[in-house]
Amino acid sequence: MTVKRIRGVLLELVSILLFLLFLAPFFIVVVNSSKMNGDIIRDPISFPLDWSLLWKHIQAVIHNPNMNYWKSFLDSAIITVLSLTAIVLCSSMAAWVLVRNHKKWSTVIFMIFVAAMVIPFQVVMLPLLSWFRQVSNFSGISFLSSYTGIVFAYIGFGSSMTIFILHGFIKNIPYELEEAALIDGSSPEGVFFRIILPLLKPVQMTVLILNGIWIWNDFLLPSLMLGLNGKIKTLPLAVTSFVGSYVKQWDLILTSTLLAMLPVVILFLFAQKYIIKGMVEGAIK
Amino acid sequence: MIYMAKKKLSTVLAAIGILVTIFALWISLQYRTLTSGFLAWPASIRGVLLITGILFIILGVYFYPTKKHRTIINILFLLPAVLAFTMTVIIPFILGVFYSFTDWNGITLNNFIGFENYKDFFKSPEYIHSFMATLIFTILNMLLVNIIAFGLSLLVTSKIRGRNIYRAGFFIPNLIGGIVLGYIWQFIFNYVITDIAAAMNIKSLSQSLLALPDRAILAIIIVSTWQYAGYIMMIYVTAIQGVPASVIEAAKMDGAHGFKRITKIIAPLIANSFTICIFLTLVNSFKQFDLNYAITNGGPSKLFMGKAIHSTELLALNIYKTAFTRNDMAVAQAKAVVFFVLLAIVSLIQVYVSKKKEVEM
Repeated sequence: MTVKRIRGVLLELVSILLFLLFLAPFFIVVVNSSKMNGDIIRDPISFPLDWSLLWKHIQAVIHNPNMNYWKSFLDSAIITVLSLTAIVLCSSMAAWVLVRNHKKWSTVIFMIFVAAMVIPFQVVMLPLLSWFRQVSNFSGISFLSSYTGIVFAYIGFGSSMTIFILHGFIKNIPYELEEAALIDGSSPEGVFFRIILPLLKPVQMTVLILNGIWIWNDFLLPSLMLGLNGKIKTLPLAVTSFVGSYVKQWDLILTSTLLAMLPVVILFLFAQKYIIKGMVEGAIK
Repeated sequence: MIYMAKKKLSTVLAAIGILVTIFALWISLQYRTLTSGFLAWPASIRGVLLITGILFIILGVYFYPTKKHRTIINILFLLPAVLAFTMTVIIPFILGVFYSFTDWNGITLNNFIGFENYKDFFKSPEYIHSFMATLIFTILNMLLVNIIAFGLSLLVTSKIRGRNIYRAGFFIPNLIGGIVLGYIWQFIFNYVITDIAAAMNIKSLSQSLLALPDRAILAIIIVSTWQYAGYIMMIYVTAIQGVPASVIEAAKMDGAHGFKRITKIIAPLIANSFTICIFLTLVNSFKQFDLNYAITNGGPSKLFMGKAIHSTELLALNIYKTAFTRNDMAVAQAKAVVFFVLLAIVSLIQVYVSKKKEVEM
């Protein structure tokens, strides 16, 4: 009994220590966001003397022209929401067509989508830039430094994995459901929008979370397509450009990272269960 | 009657669409000569014209009453995803492989030069070092992440109080982007750890890890492990929870306790998750870019094979810098192709291993 008890206490102690260690970086960010730069360098782990500095720093960062917090937040939100909607809709439609047609072409298209998951971004990024520039010049639709372009690119890059996950899910929906609706006179697109799409809800959650976290935090693609100092700036870009222009101003840099982390942390507090479940399911598939 | 009207309407729609599209494309083809004159205005909105034209064609085709309606829907439903995918992945990929054999400079190319680009960098000390650093980083990181994640998963599936809070706490670093985390950790390595070391009089830590060419890579490994372990932990947790309680109960009855229960009962039962996690961490560590960019950005430099090189430039960052700092587009592209081939090999091994496992089961 006592051995068991000691072991239990030990386990709890280890857990608490690890927990504190894991979250220490966030503590350091908050604490130092409310100190003067000199105090940060002198003593980075003590509590601040004056918490009101935090508010001042937040104000300074929000209104800073490089960070422009609300605008960057909005840009990030617009790009993420539009991309997610487009990815989910386009991929669902495509996956449904690919599942319900047992032809050679559908297998080939599906295999290409799946195989493309191996392609790392690095191998396409340079030609992508020059190719998009050419297409923009030719067609007059701007693909670089625009919402349209980056959302379009996210559909392209997100569709592989999304179609793969949805394909596996739709395969398990009995075809009899669709047949019944077709016999009752429904059109094929009606079948998709009224029967299949609502049934996809549980797996859409996984897809939304996987793609959402990726797009929200993505750095390389937006930095190349939008530029670090372009008109449209996502939060990771804003932080980078802020850090670039305020070298060693750690009071402001740490505040900017705090502000950049806040939206995701808040979202996580509310949707913890779904987020963890979605990311784990995405990995296992 | 309705049938005929529908047919007429959709034909008109499609016809307008085709005309507008052709007009837009025609303007696009001679855009350069149309900067003035009466066609200057349509030329400036040729993008809108093109999209409108295509939308009209789609509407026309969609409303056209025919027995082949299902085929039309198939095509229309596939079109957006396939188009975006082709434009952003397939075409750039093919172009990229092609460019790697030319003297492409990002805009134009003059000559096909075969394997010149590849020959160039395979011998350079900077690339050899980057390659080895990436290999070491990937393997160490894979091992560390999996060991720590598995340990954590055992901890948070044991009978301690507040398991869910621990899970959430360990998981959270994974939700935040590598760029933001990288800057935070740059600060921690440069100021916090040195400060603690000074206070506790630990000489070996008094200098920032990021300033030591031979050890700076450890910093990226630490952060990457910290960021990733919680995620892998949750995969193990899900697997451990899938182990039937009756099996654990039976093992207890037979006297399998503690360590034995983990190695002999739980580990073999979740072998599948080990495979998934090992490959997941291998691929993701190999592709590491954000943390590398934000924490060390390649530095500090050191001498290697008689040349000054960046001691922590992993392959992904090396490709990026070759392209944008050294402006060697074709060489960067060739490096990227090699990068792709290596990843493809890892993926093939993964498929092979999982297939083999399935057969055994």
